Amino acid sequence: MLEIKSLGKTYGTGPTATHAVGDLSFTVEDNELVCVVGPSGCGKTTLLKCIAGLLPPSAGEIVLRGRRITSPPPEMALVFQEYSRSLMPWTSVRNNVLLPLRHKKLTRSERARLVEEGLEAVGLTRFADHYPWQLSGGMQQRVAIARALAYQPSILLMDEPFASVDAQTRGDLEDLVLQVRDEFGITILFVTHDIDESVYLSDRIVVLTHAPTEVKEILPVDLPRPRDQIETKELPEFAHLRAHVYRLIKREEQPPLTGEEVRATHSEV
Amino acid sequence: MSRRTYHALAITAEIAVPVLILVVWQVWTARADDARFPKLTTILAEFQDLWLFSQFTTHVVPSLERIALGFGIAVVVGVALGVPLGLSRRTRSLAMPHIEYWRAMPPPALLPISILLLKDIGNKQKVTFIAFFCMFPILLNTIDGVRGIDPTLIDTARSYGVPRRERIRRLVLPAALPQIFAGMRTSLSLAVIMMVLAEYFSSTSGVGYVLLISKNTFQMAPMWAAILLIGLLGYLLNVLFLLVERRALAWHRGWRAATPQ
Repeated sequence: MLEIKSLGKTYGTGPTATHAVGDLSFTVEDNELVCVVGPSGCGKTTLLKCIAGLLPPSAGEIVLRGRRITSPPPEMALVFQEYSRSLMPWTSVRNNVLLPLRHKKLTRSERARLVEEGLEAVGLTRFADHYPWQLSGGMQQRVAIARALAYQPSILLMDEPFASVDAQTRGDLEDLVLQVRDEFGITILFVTHDIDESVYLSDRIVVLTHAPTEVKEILPVDLPRPRDQIETKELPEFAHLRAHVYRLIKREEQPPLTGEEVRATHSEV
Repeated sequence: MSRRTYHALAITAEIAVPVLILVVWQVWTARADDARFPKLTTILAEFQDLWLFSQFTTHVVPSLERIALGFGIAVVVGVALGVPLGLSRRTRSLAMPHIEYWRAMPPPALLPISILLLKDIGNKQKVTFIAFFCMFPILLNTIDGVRGIDPTLIDTARSYGVPRRERIRRLVLPAALPQIFAGMRTSLSLAVIMMVLAEYFSSTSGVGYVLLISKNTFQMAPMWAAILLIGLLGYLLNVLFLLVERRALAWHRGWRAATPQ
């Protein structure tokens, strides 16, 4: 279980400080797929970096399986949006998947097996010896997923992983996520700004407010599984949930004027 | 014109133009009969005499050795210092004024002190001198290359618990390699200059030494032979370097072609 407890994150100090995350609390159960959605610029990436142990929180704490996160936990893997920037262009797909395994205490053959399994799960076995940049965007993101799987995490964090691929590829990759989640039995925390995507994938959706971020609402998604790109999205419940999340976020995207801005407006008149 | 004929023509021109220059030199010097400009045939005979057979080991080998050692040390030291400086902003801000100070120093200004400090006019002093000045382009390019690494890549590796040493070896160095090579290329031509300079100032062997002796004895033919050799040396070293670079950075060309920057 992953627990986010009263998390706060402020960048800088004094009058120029930015309050990215306000007071954020939610939990992710084992084997659950939770999507985090929020208006743009609401500090989703900050949240994810704190959870990944890459960024120390300013307040509160994050607890994974009873242990407080202070540095990147070994049972957690992270997939970024910018696939082309998270892969090493100077080496093969195979070596990219191998990167997180090199320092693990494994035998050579175990490493090779994990790399093969990872690539197989995402359907890229044939491309092991290619350079990442020889593949399409969607395939590159598959490499990043293969690398995460080879690391054998119990929890996978995904930061808007499909934001920069085309719609068709996006659908395929979403189904891939659902498939590996069943196959590998991992917990997934998925950050997205795409409402359809969040409803399609989730067991639960955490809707965030604008910065300083707090939890707006947590919605259970009771759509039947296995999900299907066409049938699931035809269900009235899907449309209903989608509209509900949409309204929550729309309302958030017009933030109330702060005292500062009100004053600024007045002085202009 | 097809690509092939164009290519063939380009190569022909690349060989024909230097040959033409040499022919013009020969014809002109034969007619001019000026002691300052010996005939090409005289220079070539001297060239063969000086560099190819009798004195190859006395004068060419020492010079090459000094270039190789000086350049090699410059690469190792430049990269070894450049990586930590590229990674740490604080160290960098402390070190940069010193780097800029010594980098701006004209090399001849340090020749006398290098001899006094090292108590040597042999290889030790020459190699140190070459290495010192060749280090700067590599150092500065390494710093730049390391600073330019994508933070997403480092975050990815950190999130997978890749230890720092491994991150430097597997991510930082390869990512900075194109820049490091750019610095190395500048340094290689600098190494030839520093070699000639150091040998011309004080030495008992080497190409620069032959240049010095011919000047002192007013012998024009060996001087031109030395100039020819130094030019060829610089040219061939660059060709060799580009071959190595092509292999080492094959990924970089492909990646740049594939990624809109």
